[in-house]
Parts: sequence; structure tokens; C-alpha cells
Amino acid sequence: MASKIYECISRIADIIIENKDFLTELDREIGDADHGINMARGYTEALGQLPQEETDIGAVLKKTGMVLLSKVGGASGPLYGTAYMKAAKAAAGKTTLTVQDGKEIFEAIIGGIKQRGKSERGEKTMLDAIIPAYEAFSAAAGEGKDLSGCLDAMCAAAAEGVEYTKTIRATKGRASYLGDRSIGHQDPGATSSLLTMEAIRDFLK
Amino acid sequence: MKKLINGVDNVVDEMLKGMVAAFPTYIERVPDTDVVARTGAKKTDKVVLISGGGSGHEPAHGGYVGKGMLDAAVAGAVFTSPTPDQVYEAIKATECGKGALLIIKNYTGDVMNFEMAADMAADEDIAVDKVVVADDVAVENSTWTTGRRGIAGTIFVHKIAGACAETGADLSEVKRVAEKVIANVRSMGMAVSPCTVPAVGKPSFELAEDEVEIGIGIHGEPGTHREKITPVNDTVDHLVGKILDEGIYAEGDEVAVMVNGMGGTPLSELFIANLRVKEILDEKKIKIAKTVVGNYMTSLDMEGFSVTLLKLDDELKGFLNAPADTPAYKEF
Repeated sequence: MASKIYECISRIADIIIENKDFLTELDREIGDADHGINMARGYTEALGQLPQEETDIGAVLKKTGMVLLSKVGGASGPLYGTAYMKAAKAAAGKTTLTVQDGKEIFEAIIGGIKQRGKSERGEKTMLDAIIPAYEAFSAAAGEGKDLSGCLDAMCAAAAEGVEYTKTIRATKGRASYLGDRSIGHQDPGATSSLLTMEAIRDFLK
Repeated sequence: MKKLINGVDNVVDEMLKGMVAAFPTYIERVPDTDVVARTGAKKTDKVVLISGGGSGHEPAHGGYVGKGMLDAAVAGAVFTSPTPDQVYEAIKATECGKGALLIIKNYTGDVMNFEMAADMAADEDIAVDKVVVADDVAVENSTWTTGRRGIAGTIFVHKIAGACAETGADLSEVKRVAEKVIANVRSMGMAVSPCTVPAVGKPSFELAEDEVEIGIGIHGEPGTHREKITPVNDTVDHLVGKILDEGIYAEGDEVAVMVNGMGGTPLSELFIANLRVKEILDEKKIKIAKTVVGNYMTSLDMEGFSVTLLKLDDELKGFLNAPADTPAYKEF
């Protein structure tokens, strides 16, 4: 029987693959028109390689990271690959996760992406979706909301973060070459991060 | 989309196989990778030079693998940086004890993937260092961008650092020479028509019939501005003017010139552009020590060209004129 973590990653993969053209189109406007293509290639490969019955959440996340790292390329490969590997470390050996675990995984992911991408919030990147999502998730947890409430808060903040990327100019990645012309376009990486978080929420609900 | 391909998923693999089939005495495929290495690599007692990047820029970079230039080239998907494991395979397939220098074009993805490969090699106690080429003056170089793009000037880095490595110089020395080229090379390009990435199937941007994009990158990234097409001399004046504005080329200096086609431009037009480059430099009393004209760093089927100027001193000139024998660049 397929493990829950395998099914969760499969759900993310399905959503990213479904949105391949959408993500590529966003990237065509301010980047190099390959984000959806690269992410879909990586997740398609992950679907084929992940151990379906493995219940160690860290092990499945690590394998996902390694596959994305070796199959996606571009900037997204190292960034998503690093995110999964850092998440894997935080979840190593666990077969279930608490809300507190979720917070720690979030922190590990954000630290990893910042380090690998040498980036901070406000540079029109995936961090503009992920950091607010983490803050909203933590705040909801602090208010004593249940998992479902925390996940709703996370996705709402991530969606706002994606909207926010439309209002700022890019200072990292290929979109930075456009200067002010990047304003008005939403960041493809922030968008794929939002899709990932929505897939997790929908799976866990 | 009209392309001479068999399927969008086979482009890189079939291109590499075809390239190796054309030049078997120069290059061979490292098994189960998208790496091409010098035929009989690992037999040389020298620092190895490894470059690479997304495909679609042929002959870059596989065409520059050979004596006097690169030892291996890593091919990513079209316009997509290769992954760290592939770069690591290139290091492992060629490095023979004196270390490896990675020559990276300055793009966020390329830098991250090559750095991760360098980390992997360092874990195995292989000496690896890197240089990042950022020669495109069209991009404002400030804290507000990810830095200038690496474009056609990269070929001069391959040539000169490659010649230095052939002398048996150590890793820090080869890196020093590569950095010297990077400090003295500047480029700028333009496009008459866009390129089409096979997997996307449509042009990366749109230009009106009478419009050109100035300052374009080699992946169809937008340039500094669009304008109505003018006689090519005016375009060359603008590109060379921007390069000279850098203030590193002065009267009496010696330079190497590259007039590079983007893939879809007739050589006749590149020669016309080159004539104007020469006229400008003659007028400025900047001496041309070497000129190369052709398709060296392309952008698939894009029509357009770039101009590169490299300021030379005796050391760089010596390495530039040293022998090289690769599929796409020869010096005898």
C-alpha cells in the first residue's frame, strides 16, 4: 500500500504537471520560458522513482530532492532540490508529523533556499510566497488552530505573496534583467511554490 | 514551429550524438551523461577546464572541447542549466590530479548548479575552482540585478585559459589568467528576430516586421530597448559605443574582436557588421590583433549578432595566438 507521504508528493507532482503550460507562460513573460517544462520533467521522474511504500517521511522527501536536483536544472532544480533535502533532514525518521514538525520543516526549507539562492524576501522569488506562508502557519498554530486552519492560513498568505510579487521588481534571477519592466508580472517560482502548498493542503484535508 | 528535429524530447541527446559522430577524434560522450569530453581524456597532466550550460548555443560548449581549450562540456536541456550531478560527472571523467576550473556564464541557475557540483567534488578531495563570465554590457551591473550575463566573451575565456592550462600552469595560475580575460572582455548583442525553444513551440518574444531588440541576451531575454531597424552601421555604432563606454579600451590598445552570429544570421551580414567594427576601432586608433567572425555563441534560430572586444596585453595575446584544435575553434 502506498504511504501517505508518497501520495502527498504524488499529488504535488500531479498539480505541477497539470500546470506545466501555465508556469511556462509566466516564465516566458519575465524569464526564459522553461519553468513549467523543467518542473514537470522533474516531478514526472520523481513519480517513477519514489518508493511507494516507504513510510519514513524524511526518506521520501530526500529521494524527491535528489531526483529534482538531478532532473530539473536551471535555478529551480537547486532551489527545490535544496528545499526537499532540508525538509528531509528536519523530518528524518518520522512517520507522522505534528504542527510543530511542520514549523520546523518550514524553517529548514526557508534557510536552505536563502542560502542556496543568496536571496531574501522582497526580491520577487519563491521566498515571497514561502516566508509569509510560514509566518501565517506559525501564527495560526500559536492561536491554537487545528491543522486544517493552519493550512488554510498558509495558503491564503502564499496567495497574497504571489500577488505581492506582481508589485515589485525582480533583483534575482533572469527577471532582474528587465528592471522595472518585471513589475506587473507574477513570479513563476512563487507561483509553483503556492501550487505546491495548495496541493499539500488539499491532500491533508 | 518548423524545426529539423525528430521530437522535442530528443533534441539534446541526438545533437550530442551527432556532434560526437562528426568529430570522433576530438570528442567522446561520457557514458550515461550529457557530457562530452576530449577523446582519451584523463591522459593529460594538466588542470582541466570544464564549461557548459543550457543547450541551444552550439557550437558552445561541446565544440570547444579539444587541445588548447576545454576538457569537457556539460549540456543542459535547451536554455536550462545542466544539473550538479552532470557537472560532477564531467569533473570525475577528466580531472587527473591537478584540479579543475569551472567556467560558468553568469546566470542564477548555472552558478548554483556548478557550485553544487564543486561542493560535491570538494567532498571527494578534488581541487575545483570557478570563474564566472559576465561580459554583457547591456545589463546594468548593480546590486539591483543578478549581475551581467555571460555571453560570447566566454569563448575568449575558453581559448586563453585553455592555452594557459596546456603550459602546465597550476590551478590558481589558470584561474588568474581566466579572471584577467573576464576583466578585459565586454560584449553586447541585438536581435532582428526571436528564437523558438523546441519544447515551447513558439517564439520567445515578438518583434514587429520593422523592429529590432537592442541589448538582447542569448536566451531571448529582453534587451535595453526596441527600435525601428536602421542600417547595420548605426546598430554597430551603438553596440560598440556601449562597449567603449566601459572605459577599458583606449587609443593605442590592442584588442581581439569577435562578431558573433546568433544562429540565424547570414555570414555575409556578419562580415558587413565586422567592417563597421573595424572602421570604428581604426578611427579610435585601437589596434585589432585578431578578428573572429562566425557563429560561436548562438541562440538557436535567432537572427542577430553580438560584438565582443577583448583588451589584450602580451600575456593574453600570447595565449590567444597559441595553438588550439577543437571542432569549432582552431589556431595553428
